[in-house]
Amino acid sequence: MSSRHDWTVLTTLLLTVVLVCVVTVQQPASQTFNVGQPVTPSAIADWGVNISPMGNGLPAGGATASEGRRIYQQRCARCHGNNGTEGPDSVLVGGDGSLTSGIARKTVGSYWPLATTLWDYINRAMPFDQPGVLTPDEVYGSVAYVLYLNGIIDESARMDATTVPEIQMPNRDGFVPDPRPDID
Amino acid sequence: MTQRTRRGFLKLGAVLGPTFAALQPSVLFGQLQDAARALGRGVSAYGTRSPFETAVRMLRDSRHPEASSSRTPLQDLHGIITPSALHFERHHAGVPDIDPSKHRLLIHGLVARPIEFSLDDLKRLPTVSRIYSLECSGNSGALWQEAGASTAQSTHGLTSCSEWVGVPLSVLLQEVGVRPDATWLVAEGADASRLNRSLPLAKALDNTLVAFGQNGEALRPAQGYPLRLFVPGWEGNISVKWLRRIELVDQPYMTREETSKYTDLLPDGKARQFTFVMEAKSVITYPSGGQQLSSVGSHQLEGVAWSGRGRVDRVEISTNGGEDWQRAELQTPILPLAHTRFRFNWTWDGRETVLQSRCIDETGYTQPTRDALIAARGLQSGYHNNAIQSWKVAADGTVENVYV
Repeated sequence: MSSRHDWTVLTTLLLTVVLVCVVTVQQPASQTFNVGQPVTPSAIADWGVNISPMGNGLPAGGATASEGRRIYQQRCARCHGNNGTEGPDSVLVGGDGSLTSGIARKTVGSYWPLATTLWDYINRAMPFDQPGVLTPDEVYGSVAYVLYLNGIIDESARMDATTVPEIQMPNRDGFVPDPRPDID
Repeated sequence: MTQRTRRGFLKLGAVLGPTFAALQPSVLFGQLQDAARALGRGVSAYGTRSPFETAVRMLRDSRHPEASSSRTPLQDLHGIITPSALHFERHHAGVPDIDPSKHRLLIHGLVARPIEFSLDDLKRLPTVSRIYSLECSGNSGALWQEAGASTAQSTHGLTSCSEWVGVPLSVLLQEVGVRPDATWLVAEGADASRLNRSLPLAKALDNTLVAFGQNGEALRPAQGYPLRLFVPGWEGNISVKWLRRIELVDQPYMTREETSKYTDLLPDGKARQFTFVMEAKSVITYPSGGQQLSSVGSHQLEGVAWSGRGRVDRVEISTNGGEDWQRAELQTPILPLAHTRFRFNWTWDGRETVLQSRCIDETGYTQPTRDALIAARGLQSGYHNNAIQSWKVAADGTVENVYV
């Protein structure tokens, strides 16, 4: 018992030392000016969300592709096509196997590594001419429908704060770090 | 009079129509023009350039002008500063009109004290001024393709250089107290795409600015008025315009702009991600594609060079397609992470030849050939083309883009 207690004390001490070091490194002792207005967490919520790959920021609600079809057809199809393949704007569907073909077709299905990105982007920037108009359920529905058109989920799979981060996108492992300079 | 000025004059004539005849110099060059015999204009509240100056940005033909780009006329500029009105543009959902008195910057997330800053608040903090260039990583993207592009503006016009005035982001992060578990931040704009990008905390603390001034006045709306992030040396997209929010986080958030866009596809199907640095690059702007040498004899080659890793150490010129290289003269001061103007006196003998410039930066990195870039990255990587530019001068003096 007592040795476990000692370990706890020791670990806490060590952690404190490490934290102090890190804080010291990141914030060299310098002045603060105390300008600006402190903000409460509830006020921050009004600013909107950035969605992390783990799904941080995803709101309550959810929808299936079947439920999302209507909103896709109303709000998305005009620019992306009924099937997500026709354009005239970004093609959302298809392009499987094209990344190594010399004529890459980068779509949500062939290129995007995460479904959380799709949720974040539709929520913040779509529809192009009326961003911010979609409810969380409608964003979930659009995400579900685009994933369904790409054959990534079934029509009946419900997309919500738990399932969106768990989607295994086909190009999940398609990205590598920057090695530059890469030319002698 | 060079070909380019003559063409500009004709364009001006088309714009001014009937008044053209009145403006056209009617006396011999070198003698007093009619303007000297009539009273000129009075003072004005906000100046405009001479009607004889016609350099403009080149617009991309796009279904959505709000999600498009315009290019700086590098071949028409002097020195290193790009006039704000000619700074290149790349917008994703149009240019918003933001009332600065209502604009706030929120910094929150993994911080001790989330704070909202007004413009007035920011101006109470220690201000710095830096001359930095900004380059879109899509600059010279057409040069991956066989068809290429024709003028210095179309090949290289997605780079510009300004004096940026603002507060170091490190000062703001000190105000909010960054928590030790924060390693990245997500910056977000107030445009209709609320464009967001992840930035490593180390770069945020190094030399990133939150800028409100550009070339002596407030930022232009097209450059982020009233507030923008400025991340020197890195691809332009991460210098988020109309900056409204910075969230401190513990990993990159893999936003649309850093996954589906601004990633560099390789032949094996993998794509490089977070390719932030804009590597050393240069372009000869006189003579350059679309221009014509007026005569054989002495010409002053000019151009700009820059490096996202620091200062330009030297620029070398070849006037024979890369066989020999000689040093160009660099205009001082040579500033890190900024355009550096170079000049080189050249005597054209009237024969066809190829002109090239290559930038070597203070890290020793040398601007590569197009062949070397393609050998390393293939033809599909889209962004970050910093290849040596080749301009062919034909025997008749016309200049065009070539691959050698």
